[in-house]
Amino acid sequence: INHIVHNGGLYKRPFNEAFEETPMLVAVLTYVGYGVLTLFGYLRDFMRQWKIEKCQNATEREEQKDFVPLYQDFENFYNRNLYMRIRDSWNRPICSVPGAKVDMMERVSYDYNWTFTYTGRVIKDIINMGSYNYLGFAQSAGACQEAAAKVLSQYGSGVCSTRQEMGNLDKHEELEELVARFLGVESAMTYGMGFATNSMNIPALVGKGCLILSDELNHASLVLGARLSGATIRIFKHNNMQSLEKLLKDAIVHGQPRTRRPWKKILILVEGIYSMEGSIVRLPEVIALKKKYKSYLYLDEAHSIGALGPSGRGVVEYFGLSPEDVDVMMGTFTKSFGAAGGYIGGKKELIDYLRTYSHSAAYATSMSPPVVEQIITSMKCIMGEDGTTIGRARVQQLAENTRYFRRRLKEMGFIIYGNEDSPVVPLMLYMPAKIGAFGREMLKRNIGVVVVGFPATPIIESRARFCLSAAHTKEMLDTALKEINEVGDLLQVKYSRRRLVPLLDRPFDETTYEETED
Amino acid sequence: QEKEELIEEWQPEPLVPPVPKDHPALNYNIVSGPPTHIITVNGKECINFASFNFLGLLNNEKVKSAAQASLKKYGVGTCGPRGFYGTFDVHLELEERLAKFMRTEEAIIYSYGFATIASAIPAYSKRGDIVFVDEAACFAIQKGLQASRSNIKLFKHNDMADLERLLKEQETEDQKNPRKARVTRRFIVVEGLYMNTGDICPLPELIKLKYKYKVRIFLEESLSFGVLGEHGRGITEHFGINIDDIDLISANMENSLASIGGFCCGRSFIIDHQRLSGQGYCFSASLPPLLAAAAIEALNIMEDNPDIFQTLQAKCERIHKALQGISGLKVVGESFSPALHLQLEESCGSRENDVKLLKRIVDYCMNSGIALTQARYLEKEEKCLPPPSIRVVITVEQTEQELDKAASLLKEAAQSVLN
Repeated sequence: INHIVHNGGLYKRPFNEAFEETPMLVAVLTYVGYGVLTLFGYLRDFMRQWKIEKCQNATEREEQKDFVPLYQDFENFYNRNLYMRIRDSWNRPICSVPGAKVDMMERVSYDYNWTFTYTGRVIKDIINMGSYNYLGFAQSAGACQEAAAKVLSQYGSGVCSTRQEMGNLDKHEELEELVARFLGVESAMTYGMGFATNSMNIPALVGKGCLILSDELNHASLVLGARLSGATIRIFKHNNMQSLEKLLKDAIVHGQPRTRRPWKKILILVEGIYSMEGSIVRLPEVIALKKKYKSYLYLDEAHSIGALGPSGRGVVEYFGLSPEDVDVMMGTFTKSFGAAGGYIGGKKELIDYLRTYSHSAAYATSMSPPVVEQIITSMKCIMGEDGTTIGRARVQQLAENTRYFRRRLKEMGFIIYGNEDSPVVPLMLYMPAKIGAFGREMLKRNIGVVVVGFPATPIIESRARFCLSAAHTKEMLDTALKEINEVGDLLQVKYSRRRLVPLLDRPFDETTYEETED
Repeated sequence: QEKEELIEEWQPEPLVPPVPKDHPALNYNIVSGPPTHIITVNGKECINFASFNFLGLLNNEKVKSAAQASLKKYGVGTCGPRGFYGTFDVHLELEERLAKFMRTEEAIIYSYGFATIASAIPAYSKRGDIVFVDEAACFAIQKGLQASRSNIKLFKHNDMADLERLLKEQETEDQKNPRKARVTRRFIVVEGLYMNTGDICPLPELIKLKYKYKVRIFLEESLSFGVLGEHGRGITEHFGINIDDIDLISANMENSLASIGGFCCGRSFIIDHQRLSGQGYCFSASLPPLLAAAAIEALNIMEDNPDIFQTLQAKCERIHKALQGISGLKVVGESFSPALHLQLEESCGSRENDVKLLKRIVDYCMNSGIALTQARYLEKEEKCLPPPSIRVVITVEQTEQELDKAASLLKEAAQSVLN
């Protein structure tokens, strides 16, 4: 039974999120699996050291053999012995537009994945369930591509200067004004890389003497930005509002750790959709907490912009809230807009400050003009300003696809994490051998999926992750579901026992538990 | 009850402090149209002396048509990181071409120039390792060092004696604690052509120090790639050094190659590690294929016309000579460096006033048809802040008349503003 949360009227719609508990037998078997692999790993290392087995790793130069070794042997243990075995599930090269169907270059390995050779054959029409193409704007023909081609012939492909020097084109100004209108904020600023947007702007906003409260499962870019800023970082449990409230209370009451002085600022870092779990942030509660404790909210909408909300405006619209409540709205253009880059939106003072003090504005090259044009055209399409209803239709199609796909997978008996409405669907595999097997079997059946293991996920919770797209038709989804069903039976990954634990009852091991007012 | 009061009373600082309206970095120049040789800044047509378009490839028709072909085939974005269906055959081709051009085993591509060196350094150097870095290193290197949490030791700019002193100190430390020394990695990070000062690093002496003290060298060649050397291979070709002696060469494709992104090249032993531990590589979307195709075409042009490098160097020498002897401004940079700085000979007391004075010179030049810019820094964040200066960039497309015009205009501007 799904746990439905209505927290004192903060939520205007049911919030269905569930994370089924790992079955005990499966967990034990997974640990055993890793244990066996580790033993074999030691054995192979031993054989390689004593030259019984040929060492296929690249090695240090002869002249530099007496330098301090660049890599510790232990760091690479996982890489050499576990990752190498299933390395063909990642870095698959494609040679067509990354739309709903994609062409892949065939690779074979004659030495157990140490080297790959390309046979030259191209596997055509693989159903693509791995690319972040939520609204289907990864197209090689159509209005967006034509506009980008025109801008490319007029402006060229590079800029060769930074924003503050000579790299601020009129196209950038146009884009920023459009982004601000799209989000419903006063002003916005764009950057060339989504990762760099986080890692270069968080240090500009907070510094020493400030506190950052960041979710457990935040993306590497947020973690890097928080570290580079020099502020104190405290982590709260994933999407757990009691944990967040406790940290906020402690912070204000006790102040900085040694000096007891009050904090200068408190910044809460959350994401719209978490890409590994498929969960959506509990935004109404976070905003209520933020207002009560006078802190600032930084929302990273990398995956949720364009994918959630009735008109694609992201998680803020999904919950029916006002963009004014979020202090810093950040997002990327890579996922739903089919381009590259990131943006930050907010009040005019914030953006003016970032224009002056952001690391990226002063030292990094600005965005390439055809990419800018692609974003402008696709954003106008989503907003409906180009005169068609394609944008709206795509957003609705994505929502339908999401609901249908998740429902069918749950019925088949797989363990699926995350929120009902998130287009990111993680399917739990747990065991290390099944990671490789799932990827390879699905490829044999012409479906491309993404499998993830340690260290992107906790060690026993490896998963396959499907990214739905508005470009997927119902036939494609049905084909995919049929194949997933087959492979699921073959590999016996249908673990679900339909016993879903409500999220709030998960063990929360803090000693004090504050009563919240309902 | 007390807690409630404390919560009530606490007032945070505003999220951002207000920025004065006339802050020099707030009002950007707006460029309408492509930032090529003739550039329209704030509505006025000028000759471009401010964009790092050294080989003039920004407006090249062949490059644009290669990018168009790629756009028709792949669309614009890649919709995924390299590990998850974001690797295209153009990326693999570009990596191979770069490795072949630089004569190394392997190359790896990043989608953002700043992120290249800022992700490469923390992939190798961790907490407890030691990095010797030049004082004038650019901001991207500083951020990479900060992310790596290693011990940073700065040595004076281009001063090999100072570096040797630091290395000797480190050696005596090592002898006190040999067990720790055996696992502490050491690196030297230098730039081929420094962006902040326009001079080159003494690479042959660095190689000698490398083998004497067993330190690895990371070379950042953003400005020297495509500029120095007979075929444009950078500072190793300029000095005639075996490329395998340098552990890692990192460069960005945003200057000579007129594209976006960056690359690192070196031996497979070193580069392959970044494919799993380079943060800007694993956790970020890959380079849009049209930009990769543009870079490949630009490489083709570089390989087919090796005489553009001599032409560029001749132009640099010419303007370097022409700019000597301007009263009040001194030229900072080597004679063959295409990115020079013009600094005030005598500062008028505060940095703010210097910046205002230089702005007047820049405005004078812009009004008369030469587009220049001041070098921008983040004053509070830099470790060793360079003095304010005007950046002068020489490209292959500028004719001799234009170079002479620029030099004479700068003389005039300096005369009228500084006297």
